[in-house]
Amino acid sequence: MDIQELATTLRSFWGLWLMLLFVGIVVWTFWPSQARKREMSDHANIPFREE
Amino acid sequence: MSQTESYNEDVVRQFVVATMFWGIVGFLAGVYIAMQLAWPVFNLDLEWFSFGRLRPLHTSAVIFAFGGNALLGTSFYVVQRTCRASLFGGSGLAQFVFWGYQLFIVMAALGYVLGVTQGHEYAEPEWFVDIWLTVVWVAYLVAFMGTIVRRKEPHIYVANWFYLAFIVTVAVLHVVHSLSVPVSFLGAKSYSLFAGVQDALTQWWYGHNAVGFFLTAGFLGLMYYFIPKQVDRPIYSYRLSVVHFWSLIFLYIWAGPHHLLHTALPDWAQTLGVTFSIMLWMPSWGGMINGLMTISGAWDKLRTDPVLRFMVAGIGFYGMSTFEGPLMSIKAVNALSHYTDWTIGHVHSGTLGWVGFITFGAIYFLVPRLWGRDSLYSEKLVGTHFWVSTIGIVFYIVAMWVSGIMQGLMWKAYDSLGFLQYSFAETVDAMHPFYVIRMLGGLLYLIGALIMVYNLWRTVRGDVLRPVAAAA
Repeated sequence: MDIQELATTLRSFWGLWLMLLFVGIVVWTFWPSQARKREMSDHANIPFREE
Repeated sequence: MSQTESYNEDVVRQFVVATMFWGIVGFLAGVYIAMQLAWPVFNLDLEWFSFGRLRPLHTSAVIFAFGGNALLGTSFYVVQRTCRASLFGGSGLAQFVFWGYQLFIVMAALGYVLGVTQGHEYAEPEWFVDIWLTVVWVAYLVAFMGTIVRRKEPHIYVANWFYLAFIVTVAVLHVVHSLSVPVSFLGAKSYSLFAGVQDALTQWWYGHNAVGFFLTAGFLGLMYYFIPKQVDRPIYSYRLSVVHFWSLIFLYIWAGPHHLLHTALPDWAQTLGVTFSIMLWMPSWGGMINGLMTISGAWDKLRTDPVLRFMVAGIGFYGMSTFEGPLMSIKAVNALSHYTDWTIGHVHSGTLGWVGFITFGAIYFLVPRLWGRDSLYSEKLVGTHFWVSTIGIVFYIVAMWVSGIMQGLMWKAYDSLGFLQYSFAETVDAMHPFYVIRMLGGLLYLIGALIMVYNLWRTVRGDVLRPVAAAA
């Protein structure tokens, strides 16, 4: 199988790749670490430090 | 932010004024065409006043003129403050975007009334107006992106993601959908590049995503900034807002075919549209919960703060209409609801309730701040506006539910010999009382908006309405 065929085969699973990308985003967002939690609550406060 | 540069608030003030001006024009046009449906004599036997020409005037005035000015204005306000940077391109670029956008609105409106139209729903302007809008939109993108690029805040706040998704997606939708071939070298008339079912699919790929990215994603940008500011507490869950954003982005673009159920569109494409529409329940309710839970612990403010009440009722309507939408996209439900007034009622619960109320809330928030006033002229009038408009919406959507379901059932009724039981004219006659109620609902909504204009006008003048006891 040359690279052209491989690309064609993989492309037909585009729905799966997008789904995995989305699951990756969710996992990253909800990763249970204190650092991630702090980072997220810090972002939520952006509208309050504008002046 | 250094002492030498400051936020560009001039252009935001201009957009706020334009939002209210076009809002009144659009609501008035809506009431007028509702009167035409109830009493056809209001068509005046003049082509410029016919329902067919005034209806796109109404839809474009409320979506692109009222809604568009609200989105452009608030996005410039929010992006500067959450990035702690002044608007990219300075006053010149901002003024070009403002006046260029108003020129687009006027050109589009004149075209509708004079009969110069491409005949595509929510995209009626002819090719030369489409090209002008593209130029203005690219300038808008440059001003918005440029501000993000030179931000002093390392993270891009989530409201800006929603605004950016709105700007970029609308650009793609507008350019592809507007591809057309002018009939003559200097003539206004053109025909779409697409034909037949491809034209229909391109139309609803555009049309539904105008709802998805203009009326939903854009206004979610407002929600994620103005709700936390008004309640004075951060968004309930920033993590949920990230998932809300990406699920909306991944799903919305596929939902368009649900406008073409039971048509010549291939069945698999129809099913695809239905499936993605059902999945949209996930971001819709995730977003609604995120907005509502931000008020958790401060629910008492709903009693004392009518501006917050507008925003919260707006989120309520968002949840309700985005629950109803996927429901209506199910083939069996659609077989009853499609082409009936139920669809009109659904759209108006989303636009009058969600888009209108979240915009009113944001503008009530902005005006005292933009004009340097301590408070609004009268919070009591905000409360009056809220109740008058809410009753107006209830009149509107209930009338359209009853009328729409009745209309659908009458169309489908057979007699014992298999003949249709009702003629089309009989269904029109049966809907008359509901058309009158709908017109009254729209009239109440217009009156509410006029109360708002008066309140804002007095606020800008620096007046404050004090209780009688305090004044004595």
